[in-house]
Parts: sequence; structure tokens; C-alpha cells
Amino acid sequence: MNAPPPAIEVDGLVRTFGDVRAVDGISFTARPGQVLGLLGPNGSGKTTTVRMLATLLPPTAGRATVLGHDVTADPAGVRRRIGLTGQYAAVDEALTGRDNLVLIARLLDLPGRAARARADELIDRFGLTEAAGRRVRTYSGGMRRRLDLAASLVGDPEVLFLDEPTTGLDPRHRNEVWDAVRWLAGEGVTVLLTTQYLEEADQLAHDLVVLDRGRVIAAGTAAELKSQTGGQLLHVRPVRPDDAPQVAAIVAAETGAEPSIELSGEVGAPAGEPGALARTDARLAEAGIAVAEIGLRLPSLDDVFLTLTGQQPGSTDGEPT
Amino acid sequence: MTATLTDRPSPSGPAAPIATRRSWVPAPVRHSAALARRGLIKTIRSPEALLDVTLQPIVFLLLFVYVFGGAIAGSSDDYLQYALPGVLLQTVVFASAGTGVGLAEDLKTGIFDRFRSLPISRAAPLVGAVGADLVRYITSGVIMLAFGFVLGYRTSAGPLAVLAAFGLVVLFAFAMCWIFTALGVVVREPRSVQGIGAMIMLPLTFASSVFVPVETMPGWLRPFAEVNPVSRCADAVRALLDGEPAGSAVTASLVASAVVVAVFAPLAVSLYRRRT
Repeated sequence: MNAPPPAIEVDGLVRTFGDVRAVDGISFTARPGQVLGLLGPNGSGKTTTVRMLATLLPPTAGRATVLGHDVTADPAGVRRRIGLTGQYAAVDEALTGRDNLVLIARLLDLPGRAARARADELIDRFGLTEAAGRRVRTYSGGMRRRLDLAASLVGDPEVLFLDEPTTGLDPRHRNEVWDAVRWLAGEGVTVLLTTQYLEEADQLAHDLVVLDRGRVIAAGTAAELKSQTGGQLLHVRPVRPDDAPQVAAIVAAETGAEPSIELSGEVGAPAGEPGALARTDARLAEAGIAVAEIGLRLPSLDDVFLTLTGQQPGSTDGEPT
Repeated sequence: MTATLTDRPSPSGPAAPIATRRSWVPAPVRHSAALARRGLIKTIRSPEALLDVTLQPIVFLLLFVYVFGGAIAGSSDDYLQYALPGVLLQTVVFASAGTGVGLAEDLKTGIFDRFRSLPISRAAPLVGAVGADLVRYITSGVIMLAFGFVLGYRTSAGPLAVLAAFGLVVLFAFAMCWIFTALGVVVREPRSVQGIGAMIMLPLTFASSVFVPVETMPGWLRPFAEVNPVSRCADAVRALLDGEPAGSAVTASLVASAVVVAVFAPLAVSLYRRRT
């Protein structure tokens, strides 16, 4: 059986702004129905990539197709089949939620009655029924994002671009957006999701492409990426956080690696050879240090990111606004 | 959670415009009209925008007629006769500055990105914005004219001449709105557009024949007031409403509007294309 053609195919895509190479020759593909996570810190080229794929920005070099339509040669063909939710809720504050959706439906050539029906359907779907007649200005951040997401779905897109869909949302509203993305994925929509939150990528995306400074530095499933960092992590949390330096010294001696100490007093280091856990445990008992928790774990995506880029994701530019 | 969107086509199928309208109206016109409708709803629903086109011109006319009228023309009533055509023009031209502010707002919020990711003509958002504003110009013009009549303004001109004067004013505002459209695209901050707009607007409307005859101005200012396109339009509107022979003034006003459009519309469109 032939593999279906990719929903998104990016080949050597470059975009420069003056001297800055915002996107520096990236390549990846997304299969139909897949949720692909584009992961990276601020300024890594995620938004620029999405803008090129959504035909808002012409590439400087390279090639990209969406459902077989070239973004440069056939932007109209791309636009007919995509939906876009940008970083900032692109809805009209002065209009009601319903009017916003009806406007998009009209622009997509739905006749009046069908446009209103489509708007109501999406309002219902995103739990905005009560707010539908209110101006968007009065909406909470989460409601705005849901409306924004609904607006990108009016045309029943086959490929949906979500650029940092949960940036700036509190956990409850973030979960609402996540549920919506999962539902879309269940409906067979191909989703390209950018995020700087590893947890979000881990939760939603089938495959990940990790960007840093405009380049792809890793790609694969979350599990593959985790295993790429190699080995397990040994972690010890002493009962008294003050014991952490002593614990760190023991861990360093037994694993041969430089341990990290967290504020909670938890000490962690790559586990190295198999016996390290047992030996560390014995040495801690000898030293009379009370241990609250000790064990081995697989690295988190945060650890992966740290290993790949040498920096904590999103830590350089602080929290998004 | 219940999935209500059961009509989704297979992912490889064509896009699903559920029941695309077959219409004799060309798509760009339809899309522009839908966007113009949005602009109008926006104006009607936002109190400050509505005040801009209703109350503000009324306050302006009252202040000018009753504060300055006596000093300028000897009596408020006489000044109303001179000033109304000018204030009518000034009101509508001020409204045209709002076009730039609205555009800058749209560019800033990212809603234009959404429009541009839709399969619609690239010019539709721009045409829609200008279309909605034409309705605003006409509204504030009608309010101004009606209020002038309430205050005692009388014209000897027939309905056709009044209509022609009104048409000249709206056409001139349409021409001017391209200046502010260009400004709105270049200056990204709506507040700055408003500020810069006022800086352009005030000298243009005051150093003209809108409020006082150009002959009363000092020699160094007169040449500017004479070439100022606002003077050309104000003179034509005044001549039409006073029932005087207006042929040459109307021609001059039409030429002035055409020149402004010829310079600034292509500039605005090309800036818009580059920006978006």
C-alpha cells in the first residue's frame, strides 16, 4: 500500500529578516491526521515557519507544500484548505462572538443562513453559547482563545496551524484548549502546533520537531527524544533540604557526573552504570542521611531540551505576556 | 464532549464550503461588503466611534458659531452662513482620519492575519474598511447639515446643488482617507496615527478657507492656503450652497481630490501590500 502524501512538506525552508536568519533551512513533514509539535524557545523560528506555511510571509528560499499546494506558487490553494490561530487572538473585540464567526463564514462564501448556522454550531461546540451575543471585549482570555480556535475552523480546514495556542492562559483554560485540539485530532484534522511548553508538546503531539535558532536540532516522538538524551536519571531527595550538598557529594562520587541541586533539595545526575543507585543508597545510609525519595527515572522533555540546546526552554526571554 | 461536526469530509477530499453561494456578485465585491458591514457594526457598537461622527461635529459647530462667530463676522448668524459649508467639510475630512486609526488597530491585533489566511482577495480588507468609512462620512455630513439648518442656516441653492455639494465633500474625504490609510499602514501604533493625523489635519483645515476668507490671512500664509486642496473644496461647496456660479470652483475641487487620490491611493496600496 502506498503511504498517503504528506499533509505538510517543508524542504530547506529559509526566511531572513535583514541579516537575521530567522528560519535557517528547516525540513520536516507531517502526515495527514497527525498532530505535529514545533517546539522551541522564543526566537527559534516557530512563528516565522507557521506564517510561511499559512502564506502570510513568503519564504526567502526553500520549498513548502500544504496538501500538495505550494505556498509560493499556489497560496490561494493553500488558503482554501487551512485554518490559522495565531499567537494573539485574532478576533474583533467590538463584535459579538457570533458576529465574528458569521463574518468569517461570509468571507468563506457561505450564504447568510448557512453562515449563521455554521457560527451557531461552532459556538455550541466550544461552549460559548451564553457569551455568543456579547461583545468579545468582555470575554476572558480562555473564551477568546476558544472563539479564535472556532474562527479558524469555520471553513472546515484539513490542516490547522496553531501558533502557541495556550500562551498566557491559566491551567484551566489551557486544558480547555488542549481538549479542543485532541478532539480535532480525533476528527482527522492535521494539526501543526507550535509551543515552548514541553508539557504541551508531550500531551498533544504525536511527533515533535525541535527548533533552535532557526534550525531543526531534533525530531521524533517524545519517547524517541527522551531516549536520545541517553540513560536514566538518578534522583535523591533528602528529608532535610540542608543535607543536599552532602547528598550531592555522594551522588557525584558514585555516578561520576556533576549533579544538579534543586531548590527542594532534590539532587539529580545521569545514572551512569547500573550499580550507581544501590551504591548511592548504601552510602547515604552509612552517612545517616534520611532520604525521602530515591530512584531512577527517564528524562523529561525539559531534560531533553536542556541537553540539546544547553538552555532551559523559554527561560531566556522569560514568560510570555 | 460531543462531536457535532459530523459533516467533515475525508482529509484527502476537497475543502468543504458547505453550501457555497452561487451569486452574480463577484467574490471580491461580496467579501469587501462583508468586511464593510463589520466596520459599520463596529462603529455602531462602540460608543466613542459613534460620538466621533455625531456629537463631536455638533459641538464643533456650536463652538465656532457662538464663540468665534461674533468676532469673525460681526454676528453668529452671519458667521453660520459663512462657516457651515466649511465646518461640514472639516467634519467629514476629520472622519477620514479615523480610517487610518482603524486600519492600524486591525494590523496590530492580528485580525488582518486571519483575513489574509482566508481565500479572499488581498485588497478586500482595505476596500471594506474604506467602504464602511464612506458610510461614516455620509452620516456625519448629514448630521452636520441637519444641525446647521436647526441653528438657522439657510441656503438659496436647490436640492440638486445641495446634493452636489455633499457629493464633493464625501469625494474629498474619500481622497483624504488614502493619506491616512498610508499613515495607518506605516505607523503601527493607532494612538500615534491619531496624533500624527491631527498634526496633518489641523493646519490643513485651519489654514484654508474653511473658517475665514483666505484674503484675511497674512501674505506669507496666503499662498499655502490658496494651494491647499481643502480650500479648493471649501470654496466649491460654499459656492454651490450659496447658489453662486460654481463651475470653476467645482472643477478645481474635483481636480484637487483626483490629485490626492492619484498620489496617495497607489502609495497606500503598495505600502499595504508590502506590510501584509
